Amino acid sequence: MTTPSPSTAIRCRGLVKRYADVVAVNGLDLEVTRGECFGLLGPNGAGKTTTIEILEGLTEPDAGDVEILGSRWTDNPRALRERIGISLQETQLKDKLTVAETIRLFRSFYRNGRDPETVLKQLALEEKRGARVGKLSGGQKQRLAVACALVGDPEILFLDEPTTGLDPQSRLQLWQQVTDFRAGGGTILLTTHYMDEAERLCDRVAIVDHGKVIALGTPAELISRLQAANVVEISAEPEISEDSLRSLPGVADPYRRGPNWAVPVVGSLAETVPGLLALVERSGARLVHLSTHQATLEDVFVAMTGRDLREN
Amino acid sequence: MSERRYSPLYELTVCRAKEFLREPEAVFWVFIFPLLLAVALGLAFRSKGPDQIPVGVVAGPAAERTLAVLAESPVLLARQYGAAAGLDALRTGRISLLVEAGPPTVFRFDETRPDSRIARLEADGVLQRAAGRKDPLPIESKLVTEKGSRYIDFLIPGLLGLNLMGTGIWSVAFSVASARTQRILKRLAATPMRKSDYLFSQILGRMGFLFPEMIVLIGAGWLLFDVPVRGSLLLLTVTCLLGATTFCGIGLLIAARVKTIEGVSGLGNLVMLPMWLLSGVFFSAERFPDALQPWIAALPLTALNDALRAIITEAQSLPEVAPQLGILTAWGVVSFAVALKLFRWK
Repeated sequence: MTTPSPSTAIRCRGLVKRYADVVAVNGLDLEVTRGECFGLLGPNGAGKTTTIEILEGLTEPDAGDVEILGSRWTDNPRALRERIGISLQETQLKDKLTVAETIRLFRSFYRNGRDPETVLKQLALEEKRGARVGKLSGGQKQRLAVACALVGDPEILFLDEPTTGLDPQSRLQLWQQVTDFRAGGGTILLTTHYMDEAERLCDRVAIVDHGKVIALGTPAELISRLQAANVVEISAEPEISEDSLRSLPGVADPYRRGPNWAVPVVGSLAETVPGLLALVERSGARLVHLSTHQATLEDVFVAMTGRDLREN
Repeated sequence: MSERRYSPLYELTVCRAKEFLREPEAVFWVFIFPLLLAVALGLAFRSKGPDQIPVGVVAGPAAERTLAVLAESPVLLARQYGAAAGLDALRTGRISLLVEAGPPTVFRFDETRPDSRIARLEADGVLQRAAGRKDPLPIESKLVTEKGSRYIDFLIPGLLGLNLMGTGIWSVAFSVASARTQRILKRLAATPMRKSDYLFSQILGRMGFLFPEMIVLIGAGWLLFDVPVRGSLLLLTVTCLLGATTFCGIGLLIAARVKTIEGVSGLGNLVMLPMWLLSGVFFSAERFPDALQPWIAALPLTALNDALRAIITEAQSLPEVAPQLGILTAWGVVSFAVALKLFRWK
């Protein structure tokens, strides 16, 4: 293993983790630079949580190397824990404690950290300071989880599915926290199965499937691999053949997306859509569905795996 | 950045104590339940003079006279039965002795029942004297009621020991197991918190309500049932502290690996039930066979109960209860050591 440069926050090589009947992580490599917000994007069961928990030093890998801020988990785990903040998937904290008590408790674990009052304010939890954790809404609980991760003043923040199940407003609040932390020089590794979250927050994204990284790059780079700015989704009765779609001018390889064909449009929509409609008409079929959208990471994932991100 | 120093052990302990106090069920089990138990048992076994032993007299010509004689005895409670009904009552234990007026007078009873043998002696005595027997030796009975010899005197130290065991084991085992099932342990393990701070806070948090618990039970025993502490209060406190710590250690061991609340509940009951029965809480452990005695004496609750009784009712001092305290310490140290070794954070 070569010495990582001081600008490397997280680095792992050849991670493998097997459970009784399944290989959760299957030879995974990553390198996250300091100051970067890095996203692990993938469907449920892709191995995101196992990967992030190995990086957090909570799960022992069967094979592979992990370096966090230049040290290994076997060197001095406590010293490393002082420097990272973690929010587990569906974090549960003690229901009977109040918000302020919980933050204060977590603060006490760190030699140096932020003032609990400041963190309380930062995460807009001031009004809830005296409320029991058990009585909080999902969004408030998640903000508290992030508060507990931030109160130790970490250099790296690990967030496992931070916005799963949250209402839109809570998601926006959380995104703001991530953005602020990064603006302050922090490094973030987050997992998500929301493509919009990854596109919005992450400098770079690794698309993970079956325990491996299948694509890596900035969201814009990944989308550009589709070679299409837009995607047309179409379905007709009877079905249009793949070959006839492929024969249209200015389209990349079509792929199935649920009941529809998804057709990446390389050229201009203004040329391709009339061509598609003409194709449907020529074949004597009836148009059932037609929609267009800008290409997203979701399209990249579907194009690469043939599955939706939210499918199991 | 905040400059002030925080003590994780202190914060963990305070949080643990607050959690406990915010759990109304737990407060009930620790403070109210033992009191209710003491009151109920105290009422059931209150001192009310010796019981009368029920005896039957078979209906017949001389039955009336026999009944009148037996009624003079303060020990016997005589009733008349038909011949078949009398035998039935004797067989089912409703009467201890069946008398058939003679001559000869017949006593029917089961020799293995102590109450039957007492009834036979008493009936024999009163009937013989009524028939004209003169006792050559004058006897005078002097009755003694010693404080400390009543059932409630036996019961209060036993309940205190039982409570220290229950609270110690349940408070630690449930708290740890539920923190594990809710993945709170995992979250804590992801911080630089010292593992030992967490484990110690479980014990210290429990000690926070040890004194109120002791005061409630010992105070209730004193005020309601007139069971005073005859020995040293300091020694009593030290014994309670040691007992509570030991059972926290056992609780920690029980919860070291279990992943569900059901699991901890089953394991906890498995550990505690034998001690409920064997360790002399409700009745003396000496009723069990001799072969079992060394094993029973080695149980932590037996050691604690024996020490508590020795201090509360017999005013014994440290050297006399040292063996019991030694047994408790050994249990505590071994449980902790094994629990630390086995403990899982996930």
